[in-house]
Amino acid sequence: MEDFVKFERIDKSYDGEVLVVKDLNVDIAEGEFLTLLGPSGSGKTTTLMMLAGFETPTNGEIFLKGTPISKIAPYERGIGMVFQNYALFPHMTVQENLAFPLEVRKVPKADAETKVKAALDMVELGEFGTRFPAQLSGGQQQRVALARALVFEPQLVLMDEPLGALDKNLREQMQYEIKHIHERIGITVVYVTHDQSEALTMSNRIGVFNDGVIQQLSTPDVLYEKPENSFVAQFIGENNKLTGTVKSVNGQYCEVDLDSGGSTKALKINVDSVGQKTQLSVRPERISVGADNAENQFTGKVEELIYLGDHIRVRLNVCGSNEFIVKISNEGNISFKEGDNVDVSWAADDIRALDL
Amino acid sequence: MEAHISTAEQVLLTTDGIPLKDSLKKTERRNKIKAFLLVFPLLLFIIVTFVVPIFDMLGRSIDDSQINQVYPKTFEEYGKWDKKADELPPEEVFKAIYFELGTGDKIMIGRALTRMNYSKSGWKSLIKKTQRQIKKDLKAETVITSYKDRLIEINEKWADRTYWYAMSQMINERTPIYYWNALDRTYDAEMNVVRQSEERRIYVKTWIKTFKVSVYVTFFCLLLGFPVAHLLANLPLRYSNLLMIFVLLPFWTSLLVRTTAWIVMLQQNGVINGVLVWLGILCDDCRIQMVYNETGTLIAMTQILLPFMILPLYSVMKVIPPSHLRAAANLGAKPFTAFIRVYLPQTVPGMSAGGLLVFVLAIGYFITPELVGGKDGQLIGHWIAYHLKTTLNWGLCAALGAILLGIMLILYWLYNRIVGIDNIKLG
Repeated sequence: MEDFVKFERIDKSYDGEVLVVKDLNVDIAEGEFLTLLGPSGSGKTTTLMMLAGFETPTNGEIFLKGTPISKIAPYERGIGMVFQNYALFPHMTVQENLAFPLEVRKVPKADAETKVKAALDMVELGEFGTRFPAQLSGGQQQRVALARALVFEPQLVLMDEPLGALDKNLREQMQYEIKHIHERIGITVVYVTHDQSEALTMSNRIGVFNDGVIQQLSTPDVLYEKPENSFVAQFIGENNKLTGTVKSVNGQYCEVDLDSGGSTKALKINVDSVGQKTQLSVRPERISVGADNAENQFTGKVEELIYLGDHIRVRLNVCGSNEFIVKISNEGNISFKEGDNVDVSWAADDIRALDL
Repeated sequence: MEAHISTAEQVLLTTDGIPLKDSLKKTERRNKIKAFLLVFPLLLFIIVTFVVPIFDMLGRSIDDSQINQVYPKTFEEYGKWDKKADELPPEEVFKAIYFELGTGDKIMIGRALTRMNYSKSGWKSLIKKTQRQIKKDLKAETVITSYKDRLIEINEKWADRTYWYAMSQMINERTPIYYWNALDRTYDAEMNVVRQSEERRIYVKTWIKTFKVSVYVTFFCLLLGFPVAHLLANLPLRYSNLLMIFVLLPFWTSLLVRTTAWIVMLQQNGVINGVLVWLGILCDDCRIQMVYNETGTLIAMTQILLPFMILPLYSVMKVIPPSHLRAAANLGAKPFTAFIRVYLPQTVPGMSAGGLLVFVLAIGYFITPELVGGKDGQLIGHWIAYHLKTTLNWGLCAALGAILLGIMLILYWLYNRIVGIDNIKLG
């Protein structure tokens, strides 16, 4: 099957000196929810703007259903978009806002009315049609923006940090709502955010951006469980890092000498040769405390215990790292307190030797 | 049910048992007094320099009391004259005016003369000659049997009933005559409102011209100001600051300098004509007359009032997020449609604020039309100044001013009805 959207060798520079996007190659399947995740200035919004047509790629071509779209004006692309601050037109009512894309497409009036009503019902704002955007709450405005981007039935919808301005509870609620709408109407969505939990909640696939390059493009579980480099490991989820030197390589494993002394067996991901410096990454919930494990056992001093109800966060001093976090699920059997020395260990399959 | 109502009507009390409203009033009072004291000097200043003069002007525009102080007896007797029965006023009127002229205060009579001359020219010389003669009579203690015959003997114009008819305009202490004058109307001998004679009809023409010029100036300011304001609002800060200086530069230059600069530019041997002739577009004998007429007034006023349009527009455009136009494009609107449907409606507060500002300034403009307007580029302000300084007909001045004020209030009211005054945004 042909890819729905295809970025081919895209470079983008604003000033001819710095590349904000470097050699971007992404394929997006029809009906997919793809999130571009990354810190600010990583090039994710620029990528979205190129797809919407508000920025021109400096090099390369974007294909929409096999057609190159660089020369097509934004208003002819038929791509829906939800803007960061919603960009609702303040002088039009909610209905007029929604009818706008239909009017400029010369959809017959009766048809347009039905569609506007359906779109408003979809976001559960049926009774708010005659209000002006300023009379709505942030969450309601957000929904109107979403409805407006969908009302003309585009096959592709872009979202540029649409939930950034909402408070935490509303944001989570809206995440599910957007996810469900996506599942229901089977539209292709490209979503930009810097919030990793948002990305993990909604996406089929996530492209992690840094420095203008996609570091890893994968499903949420793979990104979290199997980060391919230290940036992804660091950016997605919580992560304990240790540094060391590769001592020996053995199939898919390697032995690493830690800088603070001792050595551990780890999965060989991003290192090739003996003697190379590496950053080891292990998730806080994959560490066992007090268990008697043959390999990868270290002693740590408990610096801090943080009670979080369902689990307890323990900050330890392990292998010279003062920020070593362990999550222990709360089963009522925590036997140590701050200042105690405890044994910590991890399986070789859970610790990944990445680039430094 | 009963109980429910009684609780709803119960007075709300504070924790200390004082009624809540009293307590609130008490705490708010201090702030109110403070706020009032803060604005009091300004309020006083506005009352003294703005409100009082305006009401004084409105009073003057209908005031005719001065002349009534000079001829109280004459006017009283005049009221008894049956114009249909007698050709001339009765003997008592002649007697009253004889003594009031003979014994009245010279300065007061002089002032009243100016007023009398507005209703009919010729009064001035008639009264002056008569007054001299009466003074001689009184000194010589001449015995007069008929004051009527004596006055007609002094000057036969006293037998001309048009003079006596003209007096009826001045009998009342309040008169609408100045308003009628300001609209090219006057009274005839029978106190009917009639049009002025052909050569004296100047004000209606000037009112129309004032309106026309103000509308044109507002329109041209909008036409020229809109793109500039848009540019100002959308250029990078570095360039927009520079552009802003160019917009504001005229404010830092004297109005007189700017206006005379336009004379230099526009006159027949001026810069523009010179360049056109030099380029061969115009022949030397067909230089265009661009100044000392309405064109000159239009050009100069548009340039001078332009910033008043640009600044409100700019402040409104500055806060329209660029994402709105992007959203419009994304939703399928071509650039022109996006501009008309999304951008333009959002600039309405700025356009109306600028438009109102420019129009109000233009309608009362004086210096520029005075200097570059020549003979047919004069606006109503010219005549107000003329009567204020040259003819000293302050009543007419006040009436012209009051009409101007009335027009502005009507416009403001209309504007409020159509656009809504809270839709205005000055920056």
